[in-house]
Amino acid sequence: MTTGNGVHDGDGSGLAGGWLIRGARPLGGPQADLLLRDGVITAVGDGLSDTGAQVLDATGLIALPGLVDLHAHLREPGREDAETVLTGTAAAALGGFTAVHAMANTDPVADTAGVVEQIWRLGRRAGYCDVRPVGAVTAGLAGGQLAELGAMADSAARVRVFSDDGRCVSDAVLMRRALEYVKAFDGVIAQHAQEPRLTDGAQVNEGVISARLGLAGWPAVAEEAIIARDCLLAAHVDSALHVCHVSTAGSVEIIRWAKAKGWRVTAEVTPHHLLLTDELAVNYDPVYKVNPPLRTAADVAALREGLADGTIDCVATDHAPHPLEDKETEWQAAAFGMTGLETALRVVHTAMVETGMLDWAGVADRMSVRPAAIGRLDASGALQGSGAPVHGAALAVGSPANLVLYDPAAMDPVDPSQHASRSRNSPFAGLLLPGRVQATFLRGVPTVLEGKLAR
Amino acid sequence: MIRHLISAGDLSRDDALLILDTAGELAQMADRPIRKLPTLRGRTVVNLFYEDSTRTRISFEAAAKRLSADVINFSAKGSSVAKGESLKDTALTLEAMGADAVVIRHGASGAPHRLAHWVRGSVVNAGDGTHEHPTQALLDAFTMRSRLGRLEGLRVMIVGDVLHSRVARSNVLLLHTLGAEVTLVAPPTLLPVAVSSWPCEVSYDLDSELPKTDVIMMLRVQAERMNAAYFPTVREYSRRYGLDGDRMAMLPEHAIVMHPGPMNRGVEIAAGVADSARSTIVEQVANGVSIRMAVLYLMLGGAELGTERSEAVR
Repeated sequence: MTTGNGVHDGDGSGLAGGWLIRGARPLGGPQADLLLRDGVITAVGDGLSDTGAQVLDATGLIALPGLVDLHAHLREPGREDAETVLTGTAAAALGGFTAVHAMANTDPVADTAGVVEQIWRLGRRAGYCDVRPVGAVTAGLAGGQLAELGAMADSAARVRVFSDDGRCVSDAVLMRRALEYVKAFDGVIAQHAQEPRLTDGAQVNEGVISARLGLAGWPAVAEEAIIARDCLLAAHVDSALHVCHVSTAGSVEIIRWAKAKGWRVTAEVTPHHLLLTDELAVNYDPVYKVNPPLRTAADVAALREGLADGTIDCVATDHAPHPLEDKETEWQAAAFGMTGLETALRVVHTAMVETGMLDWAGVADRMSVRPAAIGRLDASGALQGSGAPVHGAALAVGSPANLVLYDPAAMDPVDPSQHASRSRNSPFAGLLLPGRVQATFLRGVPTVLEGKLAR
Repeated sequence: MIRHLISAGDLSRDDALLILDTAGELAQMADRPIRKLPTLRGRTVVNLFYEDSTRTRISFEAAAKRLSADVINFSAKGSSVAKGESLKDTALTLEAMGADAVVIRHGASGAPHRLAHWVRGSVVNAGDGTHEHPTQALLDAFTMRSRLGRLEGLRVMIVGDVLHSRVARSNVLLLHTLGAEVTLVAPPTLLPVAVSSWPCEVSYDLDSELPKTDVIMMLRVQAERMNAAYFPTVREYSRRYGLDGDRMAMLPEHAIVMHPGPMNRGVEIAAGVADSARSTIVEQVANGVSIRMAVLYLMLGGAELGTERSEAVR
């Protein structure tokens, strides 16, 4: 074991002796000390000696592996008024994330090696967490022809997740080809499942609320039909499909069926779809306008069940920041989307842990281990040896020191004005939620301490 | 009385009846030599119209003027709205001008809800997108009561494009509150998927319902719905759901025919039906002014009607 006079000041880890985290409860289990040095966890146990390390008293805090978000909109380049890579990754760190996937619907679109490398570099410069660019499936997200997926995969950004998110790859042939093509580099197509013809002008979930509010309905079948088709396509070409932001009970059923067949299908659910319902639209406040729309209480229950039994692999935020003027409008004119990075863990705590549906080990699995594997960031993934960072590893000796310390006993109302995100469109504003991220470590370097950015 | 009138569902039975009764008294006054009441003197009513609707705007304007209010017409054309000013900025402008009431017509469902967050004055929904049009429902109820003497237990059919109709939504809510029995009749494509959650009956068959109704209200059907495959052709729609002379003959003797206008003669309603003695279409327009007077009068907190009347007559 190294001692306190190491050579790692230069990487920003503070004291050369690293950090000794005292009394945390890894995965909510028994208390243990964790020693972080040289970017890795070098010791786990009781009463570790500090030997020059900076000590962080984590009594009562839960330690989880650093969270991995498969789905965030960091808006840079193009909409820096809504978010930048710097503010978005700061928000991510404050939410306990050590890696975020940045969706491709920027301006210009992330559909070339040049743009994904730009985003990747912006992430490295920001330093709050690892930024993994998602490449567009089709050039310009236009749904016409494939983007240069191979060039993005081979670029310095090592793109493995491809998505036209915001739009559906609705052309069945194009989707089939994309699924086939990315097998060459173990890529995955993350589909935004939305049949466009069934959702022309759609505003809210089609049902009692849309009928009452006179807002164009967004039928569940528009999502489910695409998911069913894509599961069959993925099976046919034996490739990896990831379903973005699953929002309906029917979608959970279809994915459960596809998994039972042994097909390579994974899925995510957003925090907001785990907690909120379409009834929030009754006052036409566009802070609740999101794609896919908020659904019914029955859908929320099915999504929680699906996440609990593993049908849905992970929670992904779909963090979608928008400036105030894009939300302070009539409903139809407002932008779709909600921020989520800074509240995700607290919402999952509320929806899954307080309800007894997941324990903290389960949360670690759904918010770190599995999303890391889907993004090919796990230790056995395709990117191993490419220099890409490893995420989602167990809190064990030798693992990269990516972790979050979470105080489950805290209880505060959500205040978007205090968020690091440049945007304020949180649907949880004012809601009393449990928990607080106290600290986040990225390869042994604190990005968050005492609930605040550490640098 | 409620502060804003955004949904017909906001009205209690007592509120709705008070509006109808007040409109009745105001309608009588329309026959007097001096039609104008001083009630809202010095108050400002803004007509904020984002959609062309001459008939509704004129109706509100006449209502406000007969109550002596200052009326400002603010239409999307020829105003800053056309230059892309947001609803919020327009609202703040109206607020700065001291609008006591804003009557809003907007193409987006829920726009009046948003407006009510940004202004202190009363907001009256004059039709928002495919959501509601509560004063239309009030004037329809007023017309039914005038013609048929009651609303309780009245059987009312609403026929046509219910899915996109703000008139249908408001009528279902208000008529339910007032004890009428509503049946919606339309092709299934033009009914909301969750229509079973509404307090009314639903039928796809016009002919079987006709003999059972006291009131039949025809909704305007727009030809562009055909392009979105809501129905195959205008002719087929008209054959199955249009009210022609033969169908009118199947109605009970006393039944009345209503239409919120503007009509597509020859599509949802034959000209001969629209112009028949059973048709209340012109009456609806006249009643619209009385209802809107009553709404403005009650919402802006006018004095007791009795004292006003004597003053007006003096």
